Amino acid sequence: MTELTREAAQALIEEVLEVYPEKAKKDRAKHLMVNDKTIEQSKKCITSNRKSVPGVMTQRGCAYAGSKGVVWGPIKDIIDISHGPVGCGAYSRGGRRNYYAGTSGVDSFCDINFTSDFQEKDIVFGGDKKLAKLIDELEGLFPLSKGISVQSECPVGLIGDDIEAVSKKKAAEIGKTIIPVRCEGFRGVSQSLGHHIANDAVRDWIISNRDDQAFESTPYDVAILGDYNIGGDAWASRILLEEMGLRVVAQWSGDGTLAEMENTPKVKLNLLHCYRSMNYIARHMEEKYGIPWLEYNFFGPSKIAESLRDIASHFDDTIKEGAERVIEKYTPAMNAIIAKYKPRLQGKKVMLYVGGLRPRHTIGAYEDLGMEVIGAGYEFAHNDDYDRTMKEMKDATLIYDDVTGYEFEEFVRKLKPDLIGSGIKEKYAFHKMGVPFRQLHSWDYSGPYHGFDGFAVFARDMDMTVNNPCWGMLKAPWLKEEASADDLKAA
Amino acid sequence: MANIMVRKAADGGLSFYLPKRDIEDRITSIEFDTPEKWGGEIRLGNGGVYFIDPIPAPARLPISLRARRVDCVE
Repeated sequence: MTELTREAAQALIEEVLEVYPEKAKKDRAKHLMVNDKTIEQSKKCITSNRKSVPGVMTQRGCAYAGSKGVVWGPIKDIIDISHGPVGCGAYSRGGRRNYYAGTSGVDSFCDINFTSDFQEKDIVFGGDKKLAKLIDELEGLFPLSKGISVQSECPVGLIGDDIEAVSKKKAAEIGKTIIPVRCEGFRGVSQSLGHHIANDAVRDWIISNRDDQAFESTPYDVAILGDYNIGGDAWASRILLEEMGLRVVAQWSGDGTLAEMENTPKVKLNLLHCYRSMNYIARHMEEKYGIPWLEYNFFGPSKIAESLRDIASHFDDTIKEGAERVIEKYTPAMNAIIAKYKPRLQGKKVMLYVGGLRPRHTIGAYEDLGMEVIGAGYEFAHNDDYDRTMKEMKDATLIYDDVTGYEFEEFVRKLKPDLIGSGIKEKYAFHKMGVPFRQLHSWDYSGPYHGFDGFAVFARDMDMTVNNPCWGMLKAPWLKEEASADDLKAA
Repeated sequence: MANIMVRKAADGGLSFYLPKRDIEDRITSIEFDTPEKWGGEIRLGNGGVYFIDPIPAPARLPISLRARRVDCVE
């Protein structure tokens, strides 16, 4: 597949949109664009964070998913109660593989489903009493938890339960932080609002808890925000920061603890990996505590080096030297990885459709391996994400917001990428089409992908997927015979 | 009226952030910029115009404010 021209890419979008009825076509057209690096404001050419058109098979989650699944779930010593019917908690339990160091059920509670299991009577008579009882039971069974968060599911908002009052009362009783989070699934158009609600809950109930408490600080204190430790990502990032001389006070929220979060306002710099899900709290801390924040990217050696230098520029010379030392230390290993995998992956085309930060952050890592990203899109991004993505992407590449199953398949049929990176819902459709696929939501059960160590895993995984012999064996045997018979005739 | 945040941009200028609409842009001009009176009509890089009630210059940025839309581009 030769490189697309701007006109060809635009024609492709028009062609794909052709099947929609007039109204849906008009709506969807606003969400698809051909990248133009000269445009600074994505607002002029792409619409995002809008309600999905009914019936188009969107891949979005809900506010509860954004709050409980993404932001709160990975905090290891807080028990997250899925307050409402049983399903939401069951299906959001541990699927993202947010790793933690601890003993499950004793001091860590990431992979247990705590739910109030609403029944009809709770809908009719209200669930507040049940919540109070649940908190008592939790306190008896898991005394080492440091806090409890109440993640409300849809019915709680609908019947108007007062979870704040219960939380306040119980918090006073058991002497622990209890955080009510109003993240009912029906709020907003996607999980994105859930991130915002979760951030606001952190702001209101956690961030100022230790404001007047003494803290032994150093000039090199930083916090990692927006790293959920998927497959150990945050650990792979943390060691680099520590190696260059910084002290990582908190990890938000992968392998994080309540105490770390409470101590975050004491740091000197907030490092923000996932902009989409944590920028709210970073902006709040900047305003209230005067802590600057910085977006960084730990995918692929060139971006890591760039980010390490960027981070170091906020500190004195010892850290700057530290950054150079770290980069120098890992460069030979990284060159070896690139030497090994680049010849196997050179020139391969990638299409991405993920959430959060990955469609733009992984571009550098793919480019380090000689691969090229020809299309990128987000499930739930806002325009500020697209502003950032457009700078990273090449000209005349496709950008698609909240892409539908149909559109994505058509783009893949026409552009024939060598690799697709997307979620579990797309995975099997593309497997059946015979296109190499990596599930990039939780690294296809691999990882870590962040940091220098992660890049080794990343490169191996991409090679393993793209060059897997299985993709040539997907044709049904009876179809294959015919083909070989034809081949024989031709010969 | 919308909640906005004004912060110092990396290049030393001011940057405007309107979370509800994901607008983050540099402020090209601000009507009043003295220690006693700060605010008024602000113009953005994208051509939008907003109005914030003049206040004494904020001691520290970023600051959250209420702004009125005078003329927005989108």
